Amino acid sequence: MADHDVKAMSADIDTPVFENPAFTVPKPLNECTVALVTTASLHHPDQEDFAPNDTAYRVLDGSRRDYVTGHWSPNFDATGFAYDINTVFPVDRLDELAADGVIGAVADHHLAYAGNQFDLSAVRMDSGPAGGKWLKEQGVDVVLLTPV
Amino acid sequence: MSTLAHVFEAEGLATIALGSQRKQIENTAPPRGLWCDFPLGRPLGKPGDPAFQHSVLAHAFSLLEADGPVFEEFAEAIFDDGTDVVACTLPPRFDPDAHPAVDEAVGLRPAYDRAIEKFGNRTGAGRVVAAADIPGAVEAFTRVADGTPWKEAGIPGIPARVCQDIRGYYETAALGLSDHAPTAWAGTRWFHEQTQAGRTILAARSSMQAAGVKQPIWFYMAPGDL
Repeated sequence: MADHDVKAMSADIDTPVFENPAFTVPKPLNECTVALVTTASLHHPDQEDFAPNDTAYRVLDGSRRDYVTGHWSPNFDATGFAYDINTVFPVDRLDELAADGVIGAVADHHLAYAGNQFDLSAVRMDSGPAGGKWLKEQGVDVVLLTPV
Repeated sequence: MSTLAHVFEAEGLATIALGSQRKQIENTAPPRGLWCDFPLGRPLGKPGDPAFQHSVLAHAFSLLEADGPVFEEFAEAIFDDGTDVVACTLPPRFDPDAHPAVDEAVGLRPAYDRAIEKFGNRTGAGRVVAAADIPGAVEAFTRVADGTPWKEAGIPGIPARVCQDIRGYYETAALGLSDHAPTAWAGTRWFHEQTQAGRTILAARSSMQAAGVKQPIWFYMAPGDL
């Protein structure tokens, strides 16, 4: 088995088309609050695990480091995340960038969704906008999205 | 993931999407997309390498300076040639009366516990099968491999999820048996090519496929290219 073989299985998967996509111009980065949003199905051990086709999100506490992946796909390497959470969820790196003044601040909370979704309508119409609104309410300006 | 980028931008957030699959990130065209040609599961590239991770983030955040939609490629690729396997010595047989796969799973418990102590339980057992019950779960799949219908074999949950716990247990144990970050997929290849449990799961999967079990039930028990 090899990474390119695994990638080939999903390279041609149908993807949604966004007409007239929005484009938000941010403040200068050193004034922005940055949040992470991952599709690695991360959650804390005391939160509900992700179910198959789970389109909801989990709120991740940026002051904790007990992140667990609840992803259902076997088609990614998990040892990188097991060894170093920043391989998927670079929260320590963001803390360093905030300490250096490169970014304004790191959000107190981040979000996790489940990737590997074949029907994206619920994410597009429901949990995605809800998560975006929630992040805005938390004062987030910029979101870095990471997959697995 | 790029879907979320579009949705969030509409909510007034500026987004940057990292992507490991070039076609996918090109097709979904997030407002700011950075294709990083890294193995799946490693969007920041290199575990335990803060300098490399910062170089990825520096490129990602530089996309915020663009006046409109932008797609760029990170300068360095990480290629998996499909050959690297973690160098882990498997424990010797302890209980000659136990199935070799079951005995192996029991023998790896100290390494698993060392890794959990060092790294925490991020991908190991516990989704549906506790670490103490992994040998029993492995034993259930030995029965499936030998022809027992999967519903009668005592698999303690949805087969794919149970297999994730078994693979997670082994890959976490591999971290306890080595002193460095494994290269991408090296732990998975070790599991499926060199361990009794990994081979048992592949055999059980084949048995289920041959018996006409619905594809979603058996397919996700292991990476799809196996």
